Amino acid sequence: MHREAGARMVGFGGWDMPVYYAGIVAEHKAVRSGVGLFDVSHMGEIEIRGPQSVDLIDSLCSNRAASLLNGQVQYSGLLNRQGGFVDDLLVHRISPDHYLLCVNAANQEGDFAWIRDNNEFEAELDFASERYAQLAIQGPSALAVASRLTDVDLAGMRYYWFAHGDFAGVPAMVARTGYTGEDGFEVYIPPAAAEHAWLAILRAGSGESIRPCGLGARNTLRLEAAMSLYGHEIDAEVTPYEAGLGWIVKLAKPAFLGREVLARQEAEGVDRRIVGFEMRGRGIARDGYRVLVDGQAAGRVTSASPAPHLGRNIGLCMLPVEFCSAGRSIDIEIRGRAVAAQIVRLPFYRRKRS
Amino acid sequence: MEYPAEYRYTREHEWVKIDGEAAVVGITHHAQDQLGDVVFVELPEVGSKLQAEGQFGAVESVKAVSDIYAPISGDVTEVNSSLIDAPEKINDDPHGEGWLVTMTIFDRNEIQALMTAGQYADYVAAETGG
Repeated sequence: MHREAGARMVGFGGWDMPVYYAGIVAEHKAVRSGVGLFDVSHMGEIEIRGPQSVDLIDSLCSNRAASLLNGQVQYSGLLNRQGGFVDDLLVHRISPDHYLLCVNAANQEGDFAWIRDNNEFEAELDFASERYAQLAIQGPSALAVASRLTDVDLAGMRYYWFAHGDFAGVPAMVARTGYTGEDGFEVYIPPAAAEHAWLAILRAGSGESIRPCGLGARNTLRLEAAMSLYGHEIDAEVTPYEAGLGWIVKLAKPAFLGREVLARQEAEGVDRRIVGFEMRGRGIARDGYRVLVDGQAAGRVTSASPAPHLGRNIGLCMLPVEFCSAGRSIDIEIRGRAVAAQIVRLPFYRRKRS
Repeated sequence: MEYPAEYRYTREHEWVKIDGEAAVVGITHHAQDQLGDVVFVELPEVGSKLQAEGQFGAVESVKAVSDIYAPISGDVTEVNSSLIDAPEKINDDPHGEGWLVTMTIFDRNEIQALMTAGQYADYVAAETGG
């Protein structure tokens, strides 16, 4: 189906995924100015049922699931004992005894095993990835396009809320979430209906010149918005505070895995953290390149790329905190040459709210 | 896409065209197609000595960096500096306006050893499984 739309495919986490259709730049700009459609069916889903579902989630995740209402979504960290990320995830509260976790494709088996092995509660785990395909409609025109396909009151749905309903004639869960820095919706549907829904959304958005978008644009969009990517900004060795995600840590709630390390970091501060930079010299930083401070190796680029909307070359890197102040000059080592860059405040891009 | 018959081609997807005493070098249609939107080009200084199969620069798209290798040995006599402001020329016209450098020809036998247009088309077809 995607190949028919001119897609370039790449193997990813066992999936054959489109990197781009028309081109990353055109797709990226379409999402910033209009609307784009992403197939993100590779994402994993884990459902948790039972009276103590929320206790299980709150014992393993850094954010407070107990504060969610029915139909609300929360970004959180599934942490290990050292306070590092097993994964980052979205927690959806369907009902007080039913939650759906949306997790990263490459981590889904590990997440499931981690939750199962640490489940001391009356809560039942269900590895649900094979029951869900996921399509993301993203951009300022996403609301107009998606509203044509459903009776769910999308205009009345707030950011980070969701509802169940009919979508393009298919039973769906529609969430006002995304990974692009724009308004938009993520639609969870049965895999058998995915092709039908994909084509229905493209048809519904033809007036807005909706573009099918691949993983390439998904990455540049989330980077401009300075959203973390597992395996890049965050991993088992990185804590939420180091990743600049202190807002998803709720130390005041009952004990959770990793809390001791996080409480210490909160009190004493971290030694290193993720910061954003922009290239000042001529060159494009890339993932894994060395960061130099005063000519000395000081850290690594975690994610970097040209930013198609901003028209600059940007990146994220992990640096000792003493080098992290905005405005500081650093260098990125590109093919053996030190090229000037400067630390800037995050996010690189923030949408204007209407 | 037609690959010009008078050019020769490398396994790394560069082309070379003989232009009198000099050679013009670029990357192929297939290479730019694989890269996607080219946004940055790094080229050597005029006067640089290139060794056949040695890396002499890079072409970057939003997603990827592709090192470029000298098809033959020689000295760089000119670089396409218009690519600094308009790297998309490599996508639009890879075998023409999107040329990278011109260079002297140290040994014409190195050119004869490269692939012809027909051989290169077969090589690309085999590489892409198409």
